[in-house]
Amino acid sequence: MDYLLNEQQIMIRDLARKIAREKIKPIAAKYDETEEFAWEIVKVLSDSDLFGIYIPEAYGGFGGGVMDMCLVAEELSKACGGIALGFAATALGTFPILLYGSEEQKKKYLPDIAKGKKLASFCITEAEAGSDAGSIKTTAKKDGDHYILNGTKQWITNAGEAEIYTVIAMTDKTKGARGASAFIVEKGMKGIDFGKKEKKLGIRASATREVIFTDCRIPKANLISKEGMGFIVAMKTFDNSRPGVAAQALGIAQGAIDHAVEYARKRVQFGQPISSFQAIQHMLADMATQTEAARALVYATARMVDSGAKSVAKESAMAKMFASDVAMKVTVDAIQIFGGYGYMRDYPIEKYMRDAKITQIYEGTNQVQRNVIALNLIKESIKGE
Amino acid sequence: MNIIVCIKQVPNTTDVKIDPVTNTLIRDGVESVINPFDCYAIEEGVRLKERFGGKVTVVTMGPPQAENALKEAVSLGCDEAILVSDRKFAGSDTWATSYTLSSAIKKIGLFDVILCGKQASDGDTAQVGPGISTHLDIPQVTYVKKIEDISGNKAKVERMTEEGYDVVEAPLPCLFTVVKEINTPRIPSLKGMMKAKSAKIVKWTAEDIKAEPKSLGLDGSPTRVVKIFTPTPRKGGEMLKGDTSDVAKELVELLKDIVI
Amino acid sequence: MASSIQILLDKCTGCTLCVKACPFGAIHIANKKAVIDMGKCNLCGACVPVCKFKAIKLNKEAAAKRDLSIYKDVWVFCEQKKGVIQTISFELLGEGKKLAKKLGVKLCAVILGHEIEPKIEDLSHRGADKIYIIDAPELKSYQDDPYTNVLVELVKEYKPEVLLCGATTIGRSLVSRVAVKIDAGLTADCTGLDIDEKERLLLQTRPAFGGNIMATIITPNHRPQMSTVRHKVMKEAEIHKGHKAEVIRKKYPADLLKSRTTLLDIVEEIEETVNLAEADIIVSGGRGIGGPENFSIIKELAKVLGAAVGASRATVDAGWIPYSHQVGQTGKTVCPKLYIACGISGQIQHLIGMQSSKVIVAINKDPDAPIFKVATYGIVGDLFEIVPALTKEFKKVLKK
Repeated sequence: MDYLLNEQQIMIRDLARKIAREKIKPIAAKYDETEEFAWEIVKVLSDSDLFGIYIPEAYGGFGGGVMDMCLVAEELSKACGGIALGFAATALGTFPILLYGSEEQKKKYLPDIAKGKKLASFCITEAEAGSDAGSIKTTAKKDGDHYILNGTKQWITNAGEAEIYTVIAMTDKTKGARGASAFIVEKGMKGIDFGKKEKKLGIRASATREVIFTDCRIPKANLISKEGMGFIVAMKTFDNSRPGVAAQALGIAQGAIDHAVEYARKRVQFGQPISSFQAIQHMLADMATQTEAARALVYATARMVDSGAKSVAKESAMAKMFASDVAMKVTVDAIQIFGGYGYMRDYPIEKYMRDAKITQIYEGTNQVQRNVIALNLIKESIKGE
Repeated sequence: MNIIVCIKQVPNTTDVKIDPVTNTLIRDGVESVINPFDCYAIEEGVRLKERFGGKVTVVTMGPPQAENALKEAVSLGCDEAILVSDRKFAGSDTWATSYTLSSAIKKIGLFDVILCGKQASDGDTAQVGPGISTHLDIPQVTYVKKIEDISGNKAKVERMTEEGYDVVEAPLPCLFTVVKEINTPRIPSLKGMMKAKSAKIVKWTAEDIKAEPKSLGLDGSPTRVVKIFTPTPRKGGEMLKGDTSDVAKELVELLKDIVI
Repeated sequence: MASSIQILLDKCTGCTLCVKACPFGAIHIANKKAVIDMGKCNLCGACVPVCKFKAIKLNKEAAAKRDLSIYKDVWVFCEQKKGVIQTISFELLGEGKKLAKKLGVKLCAVILGHEIEPKIEDLSHRGADKIYIIDAPELKSYQDDPYTNVLVELVKEYKPEVLLCGATTIGRSLVSRVAVKIDAGLTADCTGLDIDEKERLLLQTRPAFGGNIMATIITPNHRPQMSTVRHKVMKEAEIHKGHKAEVIRKKYPADLLKSRTTLLDIVEEIEETVNLAEADIIVSGGRGIGGPENFSIIKELAKVLGAAVGASRATVDAGWIPYSHQVGQTGKTVCPKLYIACGISGQIQHLIGMQSSKVIVAINKDPDAPIFKVATYGIVGDLFEIVPALTKEFKKVLKK
């Protein structure tokens, strides 16, 4: 389908596609196996300028938006959803600064991110605060010109690898969600440490660790926006980043379809390629149609975000939920088309299913997305929209 | 340092398929790409610029469509691009091609290093690089796998041989043909691609490069293709079936004469 | 007038025969007439004879015929490294002998080097009628400048009709320069040579487009007719101990022997003998072997057979084995007597590099793998069982 991308977007997409094909595809299985962080690809992405596409030109970027970020996340995910996440999670960690950061903060941090010199990471989840972000336990206590952070963040993507961490912590516990604030913490500051690397079902090439703050003293200047804005910063960040997760899911789905079609053409049973059997054809047709529908929704949402629309929570949730559900279904079906071979780790297809699963879970489970969607429907109805 | 890289646009042979009925090349939809070996020359040229400063000029002889190859070279870091194109070049063999390219290089004027891929993937001759250096009367080192250093107008390089490599010192200006071992070509940058899009490609004709008409194209080519045919395809042979050990015994028996 | 080609529109019926015949994809049909894209046309003339309607007119400019009769003899440039004559030279002497016989001329060997006098015997035993030997310290190891200068002088003085050279690193670098200097035609990488006895022309056949097409090339108006020839394609000349050649020793002034480049060091890398181009037997592994550690079973078989180890591009790209082992279009082109492909599917770029091997054995679990289309013997099955079984059997036969 032609989505009428502009010239720069076509260039970005083609460049990301080239990197996925030539650089990521040959090593995806290796990193899935070793569970190491693919720094060699980070280097390629930074040399090719892709880290800067969604950052304004004033800060050394290319002035694109969420749509551009989605195109890259999708293309990279076709080859490896885990390696793509190093890119997408940097965007997630950058959005708080991009959306709410002061001019000084933007000048200080965005150029390095745009050049790919530094990766970013977003820290909100804790052991007892997943979907219920209001129950965050990490605290930030004001102490003169500083804040002192204490607490442990869990399952943080890019943890240990990133240089820049945007962290949600409680400045006033008594106020609940309204007592949360957002901070920028740099790796190397005293009091920031990382827990052990988690062993995961999928996206194994991405780094997932605890981020532990022990009397971590950061300058007052690293507070993003104002005290008490943390929850709003987080919610707006997710509104912007969810299309990215959706695009990752989209790429995983498309990558699985590409493998499935190729395999179906080559695999011969009963004297003919299995692609000539209607049972296979119908599966492939459904997979492709569902993925295309997801793409249309994801792109439309991304463009809506870029247009500066005031409220995108509902659409963002829809895109993330729909695309990740599609990715899960499509990757399971892709394995089915591969039959017994699909179940074997010698073949690349089972990895897609393992990688797809997380997209239904992180940045808000799909159940929470449905809550968001329903809540917005009800609100709109009350307002009589 | 002034660096010139010579490239050729070729059909992407990894895409080439044979028509099973007519046994000829299916060219429909076969994409044109920069000769894979020339990609290493481009990369090395850009790296030399990054190491020692200067500029990289990329030049190709070919049809108007070869402009795309030049733009890709610009996206990879080349500064200037020249397309030498003229109907008079049709039918050039390696003699005429190297004469034409050397004439274009003479027009460019100043240069310290000329880089070529070791050969093109369509013709596989490896003759054009040495031909250019001879027409220009400059030294050459072929099959270069490493440019160790350039200083005091001298380059120290490693030339790959069948047994290993030679370490060679060459005075500049010099022509090097490069092999795959020399580097890993980069992916273009977005900035590079944008630059390439608006890059001005210089176009030169036979007249522009002041070439002798009798040395161009078919007339300047000592060799003539007189026949083109598809090789008789190897017949699929015998399939050996049975237990592993039986099959192994049978095969060893069949191969005994060759092996002993 | 320059050479040209044109479609005679009144005769062309748009039948597309020429479109199919064109090896360069330069002809298409527009408005029911053939149109030639001059950007792609090489004026090769392949379309002319296939046109049933005589609608294609090719004018090849007849260059002023030169007197070519003063050029005589078939020369073979004999490559030596560290004073050892390379086997390709013997192959060329074998082939050169046939050509010389057809032309009714002498077979001459040319050798450049230092302290190579003892090699004269080898060359005369291999059938050379005449040996040109240029012995100088400057010629000890190959350098482009002195070798080019000497060969050019020699050719100018003695005027051979045909000059053959190995398509090796040295050969390709050297004769490319010589051909330009003496204004001669050079055809690279020939796999077949013959003589048109009537015209005294060397018919040079070589693969083009990665072996998908063969082209026969002549050099009508220039002498010598020069070719580089692939290794292992021609049969080595037999040894006749009694044969004695006339020896011509030449000396050249120092300025001709000067080299602008300086050879500082010759480094031999002897990590496993992988000289694929020289190997009579090659055992190759592909993606089907699963991982770098499994190359051991390939190496084991290779060791028993005294073979070189080859590899497909996929395994090299995956970092399982160094590039020096890669067979195929972007690796080495090989034509051993026996090529055993284990777990290689047979992508076109691999086939290009090995399909001229004399005997090909393919072992693959996928019965539809393209490699079986070129295999002399094919085995569908698990290479992890078959290859070790072969190793065991060969050991028995070879008594190792």
